This record gives sequence, structure tokens and C-alpha cells, in this order.
Amino acid sequence: MHKDSIARTIGVAVVVCVACSVIVSSAAVGLRSRQHANQVREQMVQILAAAGLPESDLAGDTETLKRRFDQVIETRVVDLATGERLSDVDPASIDPRKEARNPATSTVIAQGEDLAGIKRRANRQAIYLYRKDGRIERIILPVYGKGLWSTMYGYLALSSDAMTIERLAFYEHAETPGLGGEIDNPRWKAQWVGKKAFDDEGEPRIEVIKGVVDSSSPQADYQVDGISGATITGRGVMNLVRYWLGEQGYGPVLEKLQETEGR
Amino acid sequence: MDAKKLLLNPLVVENPINVQILGICSALAITTKLETAVTMCFAVTFVLVLSNLAVSLIRNQIPSSIRMIVEMTIIASLVMFVDQVLKAYAYDISKQLSVFVGLIITNCILMGRAEAFALKNGPWPSMLDGLGNGLGYSVVLLTVATIRELFGSGSLFGFEVLPLVTNGGWYPANGLLLLAPGAFFIIGLMIWITRTLKPDMVEKEN
Repeated sequence: MHKDSIARTIGVAVVVCVACSVIVSSAAVGLRSRQHANQVREQMVQILAAAGLPESDLAGDTETLKRRFDQVIETRVVDLATGERLSDVDPASIDPRKEARNPATSTVIAQGEDLAGIKRRANRQAIYLYRKDGRIERIILPVYGKGLWSTMYGYLALSSDAMTIERLAFYEHAETPGLGGEIDNPRWKAQWVGKKAFDDEGEPRIEVIKGVVDSSSPQADYQVDGISGATITGRGVMNLVRYWLGEQGYGPVLEKLQETEGR
Repeated sequence: MDAKKLLLNPLVVENPINVQILGICSALAITTKLETAVTMCFAVTFVLVLSNLAVSLIRNQIPSSIRMIVEMTIIASLVMFVDQVLKAYAYDISKQLSVFVGLIITNCILMGRAEAFALKNGPWPSMLDGLGNGLGYSVVLLTVATIRELFGSGSLFGFEVLPLVTNGGWYPANGLLLLAPGAFFIIGLMIWITRTLKPDMVEKEN
């Protein structure tokens, strides 16, 4: 048969395609459990870090990590609109990122209220409570919103009364390294610690400002230094924190939590 | 051509980036840090060797009308394979490389070598050619990444070498190097140096 005949051409195409797809699909299937384990582990590490556990507690094999996680972290699925706990839902079974894309399981955010630039949010979210001696020590909330180039995903940790920010860290974003990417810089992250999440009226007022925060100003409790060259990323971080702390975000959840956990 | 020449020529004399000016895109994108650059070098070299081998093995079977599509399919499959392996065994690094692993598919070095070499040569020389070009790409990538990370972030492989002003040291980081234009300057300078040292590379004026 001639090399350039139609039958030969189709034959070669089919053989190449089948061979290649076998390679790719067997790699994907064979490695899937390992990849999934990596993702689960990464998430546990992030949440434990948000809880304020020392670096040394975040290492070790996945088994140890899982045991430590289950010991100190309580995972709850909550309804964002009502703030109610959905105790019959298994946290492992939900995927808020996927649900946020599905119109049936998500809510459109009105344009004026969409500070985080995410257009729609899932109806339910998993939140994490870090307990020490039975009492809630930190409330850990998954947050996300638009930066300059990318959606930034992170965890916001609040004190047990939900009034103070204990930690804000992002685990996934694609901001410019060296500029917007500096949101990962430990020195910048340290600035968020101890800032007030809400003002006296209960409104989120956190602000990323230009220049250095004047610590004597009455506003200093709400302000964080902006990063030079990362104005838009910084504004994105500010807006997403405000959004998720607000009524459209975790506002109702935090309120319910204070009622039920009491003090 | 003998094996030594196939392997060593692409390092300097026929360097894919500096002389053939291929694969610039990824050389700009992932060279802000040495760690990602090293992973990228391994990934590209691996794909290059195997794609050259595969194309060379079936070079007498490929009908010329679908030649490029076949090459592309082989390259894309290998890249997806590498991507899956990285996600399973080097999760942190694969997160940093993100989309650029996938973009190896569009790296001109791969198509370039498949077209220019593997289609006309046997499996063994093709593999050597792939390895040589992979190493040539790596030489440039690592040089650029070393300069960018050292002077842009004051560190090498993430370890602080020049204490940054922002961390209480004395070295003011050069932010330009972390942006894509910084890499352009460095690669431009490298091309200039290669051409000055080897004047026969410069195109003759008409």
C-alpha cells in the first residue's frame, strides 16, 4: 500500500491516536488516587496552618496529619444565607467550588454587593472550627476573590468571638511573582494578625492602604500596609475579606455561631 | 554525525534558545525561580527525548499529509503524561509550574526538532539530538533563572543569599528581573555574547 494513500493515512492516524490515548489515560487513572491524596493533604495542611499550629506539626506522613486534623478541627457544613448548620451533610461529600458554578446550588450575587468579583457563590460552604480543650479557639473560613490576574483562594482565621483576624493566607493564586505574589510574604501576612474584623456597627471595615499604617491613628486597627506595585491585588484582598465577612458572605454564619456556642 | 557532536553542539553552537531562538516563551515565564526552572528542564528534556524517539521510530510510516498532526499528538500525549506524574509525585512544584507544563506542547523546540531532525534520522541519533537540545535549553534556563532569582529575590533555590531590605537586610531587590522583560534583557545579552564570541553566526548583510 502506498504511504500517502487515504487508507494508510487514516490507519496511521487511528493507531497513533489509540496508542497516545492509552498512555495518557492509563497515567491519569493510575495516578489519580495519589493526586487526590496530595490535594486532600494540602488542604489539611492549609487549615492546620490557619489554626495557628507550628510548622513542625504540619509535616509528617498523611496518616499522622489526618489524625492530628481530626483531633483538633471540627468541620461543619453551613448554609450561607441562613447561617444554619447542615448537620446531615458529610463535609467530605461537598465541593463548594463546583457548586458555585452550578446555578442549582449557587446564588447570584447582586452587582453592587459583589466586592470579591466572583459573580455567584455556592449556597453552602464547609467551615472549620479549631478547638482546644473543647472550646472554640479559632474559626477558619475559606475565602476567595479576584486579584489582578487570578482568583485568589485562601483561609481567613478569626478569633473565637469572630472579632479579630488571626491569620489570612492564600494557597492558590496566579498573581505576579515579586509584586502581587508578595501576598504570600510572611511579613505581609503578619500585618493582618490582630486586626479588627468588624467596627462597632458590626460592619467589616478592613482596609489595605497606600503607605505605612500610622499606629497612633484610631483607624490603625482596621488598616494594613499595601504592597508597592500590587495595588490591584491588595485591593482584591481587601474586597474579598470585606465580602466574606459581610452579610452576603459568612455574616449570618458567624452570628449563628455566636448564638449557639454562647459565651 | 557522531554521537558527541549531536549531544554537545546544541549546548552552545546550536543552542535552541540562543541560536535557534526557539522556546523563548517558557524561558521567560518560569525562570523567576531556580526550583521551577530545574523541574521545567527535566520535563522538557524528557519529552524532547521521547518525542524525538517516537517520531523517528515511525518516520517511515507517517503520511506526509498528517505529519505535523501526528507529531503534535505524540508531543501532547507525552506532556500530559509528565503533567500527571508531576501532580502525583511533585505536587508543590506542579502547582508553581501550573499552566506552563501544559504549554510545553507549544514549545517550538519540540516541533522544531521533530520536524528538522527526527523525521530524517534513526531512533538513536534522534534521542541524542533530543537530549542535546534539552540540555541546551536547560543551560540557558538555569543561567537565566540563577541571575533572576539571585538579583530579583536575593535567594538561590529559595535560600537567602543576599539579605533583602524588606527582610531587614541590605540588598534592595531588583523587581524588574522578576518580570518578563527582565528575562528578555538577560536572554538578549546572552544572544549578543554568543554572537560576539562566534562571529560566523551573524547573518551576512546583503
